Amino acid sequence: MTLVIFAFVFWLVSWRINFVLANSAASETRLIKLVVPVIFGITILVVWELVVRGLNVPLVILPPPSVIADTFLAKLPILWKDFIQTFVKGALSGYLIGCTAAIALAILVERFDFLRRGLLPVGNFLAALPIIGTAPILVMWFGFDWHSKAAVVVVMVFFPMLINTVAGLSETTAMQRDLMKTYSADPWQAFIKLRLPAAMPFIFNGLKISTTLALIGAIVAEFFGSPTLGMGFRISASIGQLALDMVWAEIVVAAIAGSAFYGIVAIIEKGVTFWHPSQRG
Amino acid sequence: MRRSFLPIIVVIAGLLAIWYAAVVPMNIKMALTAAERIGIAVTPVGAKERRDRSAMRLVVQNTFAIKDTFALERPRLPAPHQVATELWNSTINKKITSKRSLVFHGWITLSSTLLGFAIGTGLGILLAIGIVYNRAMDMSVMPWAIASQTIPILAIAPMIIVVFNSVGLQGIVPKAIISAYLSFFPVVVGMVKGLRSPDQMHLDLLKTYNASSLEGFWKLRLPSSMPFLFASLKIGIAASLVGAIVGELPTGAVRGLGARLLSGSYYGQTIQIWSALLAAALLAASLVALIGLLQRLTLNRMGMS
Repeated sequence: MTLVIFAFVFWLVSWRINFVLANSAASETRLIKLVVPVIFGITILVVWELVVRGLNVPLVILPPPSVIADTFLAKLPILWKDFIQTFVKGALSGYLIGCTAAIALAILVERFDFLRRGLLPVGNFLAALPIIGTAPILVMWFGFDWHSKAAVVVVMVFFPMLINTVAGLSETTAMQRDLMKTYSADPWQAFIKLRLPAAMPFIFNGLKISTTLALIGAIVAEFFGSPTLGMGFRISASIGQLALDMVWAEIVVAAIAGSAFYGIVAIIEKGVTFWHPSQRG
Repeated sequence: MRRSFLPIIVVIAGLLAIWYAAVVPMNIKMALTAAERIGIAVTPVGAKERRDRSAMRLVVQNTFAIKDTFALERPRLPAPHQVATELWNSTINKKITSKRSLVFHGWITLSSTLLGFAIGTGLGILLAIGIVYNRAMDMSVMPWAIASQTIPILAIAPMIIVVFNSVGLQGIVPKAIISAYLSFFPVVVGMVKGLRSPDQMHLDLLKTYNASSLEGFWKLRLPSSMPFLFASLKIGIAASLVGAIVGELPTGAVRGLGARLLSGSYYGQTIQIWSALLAAALLAASLVALIGLLQRLTLNRMGMS
């Protein structure tokens, strides 16, 4: 019980620190902006640890963070193999294929106003559907290995990517297009120098949304059948053995992979669309 | 809208045509094996011979089998009309209380979706208000709320289900928690943006009226956050539905659209999978359309659209 009380006290103290930091004169500096969320994150971990230990919560319901960290370090080789299978083979290859195909189709479609007006509402509709449900079908078609996971990812990222690219390619104003005409730019030049750069913020928006979708698709598709490795397989197998520390370790891997993937795309975006107002501030 | 009507029809017709065209090569091997079994001459003879042939070549060599590919019982790819028939049979022609009725399964999924969506949206709005009015909360929570969107949250769905099972909670609640979790963060992020959307001029105007901060919330911040709220509600309800469906997978659930998907994939009932998928799609589309309608009505009455 003392541990629980201590957790409560720790919570109050750290919240007080954050409150003071956030309302201090220096709250706009980068350091404080970084420190405050870090303190909050650490507080959550500490409170979690203390409450779980203090109330003797069984491991099969909620393991404390220290046990999860131990499992993570001890099972690193297995986690790495799962990561390669699910992320590199399944998610990444599907992401590349799906995004390339969607951008290519969008560029084709954009040239025909008729198709664009038809495809945009339909694509919007399809993007909102629970596409993850196609996973059992695709697993049936492409077998249990990573090919079927890549296929699920392709289907999942395709429509968000398509509508974002099409929307982006029609971003240019009549004035800008006229300017290109006065320069006597041919359609190809106008595309490379005006329309494609103007579409980049939208394309990257789609690419960023797709990073999360890709990982979700690859993991959930493994629930429908997989070889004996992979993050989704490990999660469902470990749940069967009530080894929740292993499940949490996989979730840590998924979280790290997901945010790193997103972060890398965001960094590339910063380099490509440096001119856009959202990047200049 | 009317201008886009024809293009939309053409695109949908095109997709259906591609679907129908894909059915033939996808199912040809199965159709030929079935035809051979009842004694029809097939070139080349024997399933083993045909296994490595390209599907296209088999279609050309056995044109008589094309119509069979649309009528298989467990096709690799069912034709659209087969799915539509199954959907019709399992919704209209079945009693809603029947275990094989998609309305029954759809209702199971819908109820946990809506419960989770209500919880997630409510908590999301509360947290957003907290974030807007409390600086410490803003600085501590907001970066995590944004970062959490890059994490494949859906992967923990099975764990939530099993953990709640082990403490004795079953049925609608664990699924609703997953739905709530998935709709929570989009609402928080959208609502924070919305509550901050009134510009300085408006805020200053309220100050000159000597409005209290509560009045400022009810008369300025909340109304001007509505477009943002509805945009995130649309994302949230779609995410909630996905959460409820995925939540039905891990326990080998016997009820719900997710369970239909899973049992269909266990027993190779492809038509059942496709019809469950189509039912889920219709459900998602009508939920999003419902929110869209609410949005139009609300914004119209507020004079904002």
